[in-house]
Amino acid sequence: MSVPDDLQYTAEHEWVRLEGDIATVGITQYAADALGDVVYVDLPAIGAALAAGAIVGEVESTKSVGELYAPLDGEVVEANAGVVDSPETINADPYGAGWLVKLRIAGDPALLSPAEYRTLIGQ
Amino acid sequence: MHAEHVALGASFTDFAGWQMPVRYSSDLAEHHAVRRQAGLFDISHMAEIAVTGPGAAAFLDHALAGRLSALAVGRAKYSLVLAESGGVIDDLIVYRRGDDDYLVVANAANRDAVVAALTERAAGHDVALDDQTDRIALIALQGPASAAILAETPGLEIEALESLRYYAYSDGAFAWGDARTAVMVARTGYTGEDGVELYLPTEHAAALWRALLAAGQPHGLVPAGLAARDTLRLEAGMPLYGHELGLGIQPVQAGLGRVVVTAKDDFVGKAAIERGPAADAPVLVGLAAEGRRAARAGYPVMHGEQVVGEVTSGALSPTLGHPVAMALVHPDHAAVGAVLDLDVRGSRIPATVVALPFYRREA
Repeated sequence: MSVPDDLQYTAEHEWVRLEGDIATVGITQYAADALGDVVYVDLPAIGAALAAGAIVGEVESTKSVGELYAPLDGEVVEANAGVVDSPETINADPYGAGWLVKLRIAGDPALLSPAEYRTLIGQ
Repeated sequence: MHAEHVALGASFTDFAGWQMPVRYSSDLAEHHAVRRQAGLFDISHMAEIAVTGPGAAAFLDHALAGRLSALAVGRAKYSLVLAESGGVIDDLIVYRRGDDDYLVVANAANRDAVVAALTERAAGHDVALDDQTDRIALIALQGPASAAILAETPGLEIEALESLRYYAYSDGAFAWGDARTAVMVARTGYTGEDGVELYLPTEHAAALWRALLAAGQPHGLVPAGLAARDTLRLEAGMPLYGHELGLGIQPVQAGLGRVVVTAKDDFVGKAAIERGPAADAPVLVGLAAEGRRAARAGYPVMHGEQVVGEVTSGALSPTLGHPVAMALVHPDHAAVGAVLDLDVRGSRIPATVVALPFYRREA
């Protein structure tokens, strides 16, 4: 189960790539595998102000529905239209083309290190 | 069999005390393989109960909803175990293996309830019940390539496979190495595709599983898990106990009135069936929606601001590409063509009542 070292993580199985004040957010391979084939994605609107921990979208598979949580406080600056059109991208490339949203972050995020996340998922 | 699934990389879930393979690769890939080529399911969790003795036929006529005494040897019948209330304790398949020899195949989760009901109803009948669940494995080979795969599986001998009818079985055998075992090859299944279900002693199941997978590989056969099985049976409009069927639902509400033979003198639940459910009791419908958001079991079905029913099973249909659902709705809203709303976590998704099944294979 891939847990890239250059990312940070949340207990809700999301990953965050911090570049300056922009955070790119997706779900981890662990989450994508647990969900199964993703068939529908609902993402927050551009401009939406998100509060860390709030439910802001859905990732739905053939079998279940996963909620998308805001990993940190911020404003949505971009949503990945590619995964809305082709939700299977999330399974195929969760850390790449399967990213979900980009946020302009406010404040200091509290996230898990790769090692902490590996511990969380029992690896 | 568990080691076979681990070796194939399956994800597992607990179900009725069994560790069940949910998927091996991808739910969608496994689903499409069954529709287009073939899939192999290990459904050994299903409960097998042998019913034998001179009173077997009369006993089953009394204990079940169907007329099993009229079933020809070598054939199978879908039937129900009803409660006195007319509700469903379980749905099952009954195979007649001889004049006095039946095999009842029930759902794993209802094994104890079915055994208890049959045991109680056996009083006064010259019949023996034997729960063989732990001794019998069940492998389902489903999909258009099934017959070709069976014919090419080394060591598998099946009498008259070409002429085997739907809901009939053939006595086969499987030989490999120094071993040989009997296999009951039944042309039954739960996916809406052509295929067979293979019953054999548990200790020989892994060898047959491997042989089928190897023979099927050139035909596109893949191992398939519970997740694909569920979307396949939903497309085929097949009820699942605990969703479309239950103690609080009479068969006629689920579209299974034809399964109950009320012309029989007596069977458990007859009086309640003859009274019928209340006039406003919900009935099972198929619902088709647009888009990609699927309603799940338990979601409300709305007409305007009024809740008129509840989804029993729902998914984005992999074959059809749009959401489908089965739902129990008030009879006023059950006519084909009626437009209702599905409440999908707060959003309204318009859905139209359609005839079941959603998918029917081309003959």
